[in-house]
Amino acid sequence: MLKYSLRRLLWAVPTLVLLITLAFFMMRVAPGGPFDSEKSLPPEIEANLNAKYHLDEPLVQQYFRYLGQILHLDFGPSFSYKDWTVNELIADGFPVSLTIGSLAMLLAFFAGTSIGTLAALRQNTAVDYGAMGTAMIGISIPNFVVAPLLILLVAVYAGWLPAGGWDWSWQRMVLPVITLALPMIAYIARLMRGSMIEVLHSNFIRTARAKGLPETTVIRRHALKPALLPVISFMGPATAGLITGSVVIERIFAIPGIGSYFVQGAMNRDYTLVMGVVVFYGILIILFNFLVDLIYAWFNPRIRYEDHG
Amino acid sequence: MRTCWVSLLFLLLAACDVGRHGDTPVDAAALAPTTDAAPAANDSLRRDEGVLTTLNRGNGQEPQTLDPHLASGVPASNILRDLFEGLTGESPDGRIIPGAAQRWNISHDGTVYTFHLRRDARWSNGDPVTGADFVFGLQRSADPETASSYVHVLAPIQNAEAVISGEMPVTELGVHALDTYTVQITLNAPTPYFLGLLTHSSTYPVHQASLQAAGRDFSKPGNLVSNGAYRLQDWVVRSQVSLLKNPYYWDADNVAIDKVVYHAIEDQSAELKRYRSGELDWTEEVPNNLFRWIQEHMADQLVVTPWLGSYYFGFNLTKEPFIDSPDLRRALALAIDREIITGKVTQFGEQPAFSLVPPGMPDYPRSVPEWAEWDQARREEEARRLYQNAGYSSEAPLRVEIRYNTSENHKKIALAIASMWKQVLGVEAGLVNEEWKVFLQNREQKSVTQVFRAGWIGDYNDAFSFLELFHSSHGRNDFGYSNPVYDRLLADIAKERIPIRRRRLMAAAEQILLQDQPIIPIYAYVTKRLVKPQLKGWENNIMDHHYSKHLYFETQTDEPADSSETLDEAGGDAAGR
Repeated sequence: MLKYSLRRLLWAVPTLVLLITLAFFMMRVAPGGPFDSEKSLPPEIEANLNAKYHLDEPLVQQYFRYLGQILHLDFGPSFSYKDWTVNELIADGFPVSLTIGSLAMLLAFFAGTSIGTLAALRQNTAVDYGAMGTAMIGISIPNFVVAPLLILLVAVYAGWLPAGGWDWSWQRMVLPVITLALPMIAYIARLMRGSMIEVLHSNFIRTARAKGLPETTVIRRHALKPALLPVISFMGPATAGLITGSVVIERIFAIPGIGSYFVQGAMNRDYTLVMGVVVFYGILIILFNFLVDLIYAWFNPRIRYEDHG
Repeated sequence: MRTCWVSLLFLLLAACDVGRHGDTPVDAAALAPTTDAAPAANDSLRRDEGVLTTLNRGNGQEPQTLDPHLASGVPASNILRDLFEGLTGESPDGRIIPGAAQRWNISHDGTVYTFHLRRDARWSNGDPVTGADFVFGLQRSADPETASSYVHVLAPIQNAEAVISGEMPVTELGVHALDTYTVQITLNAPTPYFLGLLTHSSTYPVHQASLQAAGRDFSKPGNLVSNGAYRLQDWVVRSQVSLLKNPYYWDADNVAIDKVVYHAIEDQSAELKRYRSGELDWTEEVPNNLFRWIQEHMADQLVVTPWLGSYYFGFNLTKEPFIDSPDLRRALALAIDREIITGKVTQFGEQPAFSLVPPGMPDYPRSVPEWAEWDQARREEEARRLYQNAGYSSEAPLRVEIRYNTSENHKKIALAIASMWKQVLGVEAGLVNEEWKVFLQNREQKSVTQVFRAGWIGDYNDAFSFLELFHSSHGRNDFGYSNPVYDRLLADIAKERIPIRRRRLMAAAEQILLQDQPIIPIYAYVTKRLVKPQLKGWENNIMDHHYSKHLYFETQTDEPADSSETLDEAGGDAAGR
């Protein structure tokens, strides 16, 4: 197990280098540069700026300079948020995205698994159809529709909660967390229902029932754990996706998370910011996939990561 | 079941951890005032914290920086006008008034300005504002090390260009402190709009000691020392910048609003919703697609005013078909019905434009081509004649690409223009939309562009800010326009010091430009925003500069006004009965 983990972590290094390389050169292929704007810069100033950010060096040299920086975990200064380094921007924005994302994931997990289990136990009844129908709607309605609707109803008309902004108060978290969680709830509910039905038909459940165990014990002791497996493997990448922020949610609720940095950075040709965010996402996603594999092994006794070949 | 709970532990832990981290900056912010304010002032602030009059301003994008010499863009400029004060200032209606300088003398030849500073001007830490601060600020702004992107504002100052390009040391810049409270600035040539330039952030003073102590962090909360009506309290990136009244400001007694919060809200619909739910008193913009709805439902709070900007289409004059084809360019300009564009397409109350320089410019006569007075039928007739003269017909129509940067509004306008050209002349126009930076680069390279969308917002309140764009050597002359007569006129304008002659020269230059038609003027920009009715003290001004120190809430008079209103109603009712 330990050896397996070490090998997985070692593999992360070439993966990240490949990611950095691709992102670095793709970013530079895009036409235009960070200092292009409708107002022209005097050539001397542009030269000064290029020198300041080492953009006057050959691209390959810049690439190795960047790799060297990354080794020290230094993402460099941002081009478009001039008073801040990329490290500062991520350090400020990530806690916000992490909070909203994890709360949404928690909500989605508990609500989703409960609804899914309920639907599975009441298979082909009105409860089942109702839950799955609602889930289908939840998946199909995009959050850029849900979010403004929620704001209009709850904030503008009712005045119960603020319409947006961020100050770490729970009032400002409620709407974005719900908006983010809704499609996840729906997705997890559907996954959970499917796997629960499958598990309920398996032999060991039949055995448990044959032994005369009460139905609640059968579900809680025996069915729940294996039925959660697909949900857990879904949650790894999904959590990584949620906690790295959502452009849509951040725009609509005016939340200073890190989700917008990638898009904004790409549009501003903010090379350092885009690279920093890509590396950061890369690390997070690798980490979460790894964590999910570990949890998976712990959950499912049939899976053992052996040290062969 | 327990295992499943444990499996979520990492998520919970992460969330708890975040809570802790998140609190830290907030605590730091709450403590921030103690670090840079004198104890007495701080005590009074503490006492009043509960009853601070707070103004919440929507401010568009996140400001790029709060370093006045690096700043560019509207969001940063709005905040910096509250934080800092230049030698001159602006009144609510946009006139130049004394700022940090109480008065000034201008030499007879118009090239030497002597500014006498206020003796009672103070930095937000209590230090006096001196001439040396302004000299240091201007030198830092021009220093190539600073790499200021708005440094061209300083260009009229003697030796500025040599300093900017690194050929001369910063000490050679034509700015000197004659004594503690006197600053002298020498210019290359009389520049009638120079006093207006001194309200721009790139001319602001900076506090040398705090800058040197904090280095590149000097513009952050707790470090930034400013000389304006407000000082920096807190800055949460992409969320808000909070300012508190500067107790040392020389005119602090007349500053009504104690706290100003600038909210960074990229999305205009989000801004509108936050305004409607009462979280904002002032918006930066209103969403285009809801403009009609706002007009109907919130008319009393909607403010639409002319802005110092022109929207036009440009031709690439270095390539076929627009090289050497004034008739064709004129025909295309004539065929556009601007009344339809502003009245039916954009519908934001813009003024149709026939000239480059927008209306409302002080001391500038409107300069329009003669066909501006014609009716649209006559214009179209003339357009068809010129189109045929240029060698095009319905059998051999002009095929052309209209290029614009991706935006719903630009798209609608380009579509309307393409169909007008099709209808009037039979031109086959295709639309090409490009992402902003790609678009800018293509325009600059002039290799694939034909007709493209463009616009210009004046940097200073003078027609020259628009006219200089068309100098053959201007960096943003994406049209490839080059007319030696025009260039010579611009040089003459820069030297001219008699206002009436200068005005005449500028009008003549614009006439030449409109004759040559490197652009098709479409309309003059407007600003549109929502303002809470009880917020007073602002006036429409073409620069769209609104200093928070001029603003106040009509709270005291609110209640009597309300009660008198009900009384009136009651009286009316009684009379009716």
